[in-house]
Amino acid sequence: MSLLEITNVSKSFGPVHVLDGVSMSVDRGEVVGLVGDNGAGKSTLMKIVTGMYTADQGRLTLDGDDILTHSPGERRRMGIEMIYQDLALAKQQDVAANIFLGREPQKKVLGINFVDRATMRAEAKAMIDRLGARLPAINRPVGSFSGGQQQSVAIARALTFDPKLVIMDEPTAALAVREVQGVLDLIRQLKASGIGVILISHRLNDVLSVTDRIVVLNHGRAAANLTTAQTDMAEVVSAIVGGADMADAAAHESRG
Amino acid sequence: MTSPDAGRMRPGPSLWSRIQSGAIERFHIRIESLIVLLVLAAAMAVLSPYFLSWSNFLNIFLATATIGVLAIAATYVLGSGGLDLSLGSVMGLAGVVGAWVAVKAGLPTPVAVAATVGAGALAGFVNGLIITRAFVPAFIVTLGMLGIARGLALVINHGAAIYGLPAAMVYLGQGRPLGIPMPVIIFIATAIVMHILLAYTRYGRHTLAIGDSENAARTAGINVQRHRLSLYTLSGALAGLAGLIFATRVNAGDPTAGLTYELTAITAAIIGGTNLFGGRASILGTMIGALIMGVLQNGLNLLAVQSYYQQMAIGAVLILAVFIDQWQVRKESRV
Repeated sequence: MSLLEITNVSKSFGPVHVLDGVSMSVDRGEVVGLVGDNGAGKSTLMKIVTGMYTADQGRLTLDGDDILTHSPGERRRMGIEMIYQDLALAKQQDVAANIFLGREPQKKVLGINFVDRATMRAEAKAMIDRLGARLPAINRPVGSFSGGQQQSVAIARALTFDPKLVIMDEPTAALAVREVQGVLDLIRQLKASGIGVILISHRLNDVLSVTDRIVVLNHGRAAANLTTAQTDMAEVVSAIVGGADMADAAAHESRG
Repeated sequence: MTSPDAGRMRPGPSLWSRIQSGAIERFHIRIESLIVLLVLAAAMAVLSPYFLSWSNFLNIFLATATIGVLAIAATYVLGSGGLDLSLGSVMGLAGVVGAWVAVKAGLPTPVAVAATVGAGALAGFVNGLIITRAFVPAFIVTLGMLGIARGLALVINHGAAIYGLPAAMVYLGQGRPLGIPMPVIIFIATAIVMHILLAYTRYGRHTLAIGDSENAARTAGINVQRHRLSLYTLSGALAGLAGLIFATRVNAGDPTAGLTYELTAITAAIIGGTNLFGGRASILGTMIGALIMGVLQNGLNLLAVQSYYQQMAIGAVLILAVFIDQWQVRKESRV
């Protein structure tokens, strides 16, 4: 039984068929790359997994449990985390508030639930330290941080609650070269600790270096399901562009 | 290193900016608003010999109570990135409903009190329902409710006020346990409860997170629409409470009560440091903002300035407060 099983999922926005019977799976400790051209349906598929969108039809299971009717909050509690390309941070709130947003630790005083700010701050700091991220201050609004620092907060938020599956949407697109290596190392660490990872990226070099399998979406269909060790840039690019202009596009990507 | 300029050259935040950020982080207030309040009070004390007295102090709080409760409502809604323009009208409607239930229907005071706050909550609930389910912008929905609630308040008793509330009800507006007016006690108690709710509970934190980034709140699993609905209901209930304070103080359900009060309430919230676009708000700050408005009105009254000019002053203060806030935000170059 796979960790995440997507079976025959379809989704339309009005007359536009964005996803047309897509199936894919992720195992524990497996890193799956999800690639495809703009508009191929990658983000829509992942938003169906996190519960932000509802699928028109299909099946979705986590650890064998059907989760298609669960709310985004419930799916998060079950262990599905996503790091969004735009990071989805509340920029006027501080680091701890962002990491614990929606699941703040509470303590009862006189029968009333109060947010346990001391615990939040301590655990947020511990998580940031564990990631080795350097932040100017933990009690500052995250909007005052640099892009890389903000991403550290988004990553810390995804990892604080022992996730089973982490979805990363273009995590390296806005990063400096040195920071990219940090993210790739982090993905390898997650894999080693048994977490399933879905990596959405246009940077095929990153995808080829860190994934176990690569699923290619093309016009809302799963066009290919490749084992990374047995494929190469040319085959991936060919699946993305659908056969045409393969040689030129692959040569271009190989040059990096 | 030994040059006399060494101290000044040292990089890092200045003392003033450290006080500013300390005030925001510890007490959730803009330090400037506190200074404005103190300067304003000092100016009034110099200008009028009556200003600095215990009775005038209580007068200011008494005059601020209604606006203060409305400003607390405005703080929550603005903090969540919303807007409630119907505050003053809903307050007027609630007062008339309460007076009608107590006087015309002759029901006991607890029922009338519940009806007053309940009428406000219902109006707010309708606002929230249309905003979250029909996706009509809050600006339009609450502007519409501003007209509907005011009209309804006038329809109930054909435009006339309803006089002669029962004594128990009037006590809520005119009673003075330990020499402190009841409206002041209700105002302070409401402020304390709402401050704790905003600053120390999930409800308050989620309110500000939604105002900060709806997307962040939604991806965090917060049910944004349900939270919004509860916020507008809360706002209406607080407007109802303001209506109760006002009606019991003047011993009448007046359909014109609360006219343009939303202007003053929103101004008080913004002076107190609430971000007009959501994400930052504090009840402590709003209390200061409401007191600034109260001192301003009280002082202008003591100086015998016509109320028309007071209206102009409030409008000018609103624009000035938002200007200063935006100027600060640009200076700090935060989102």
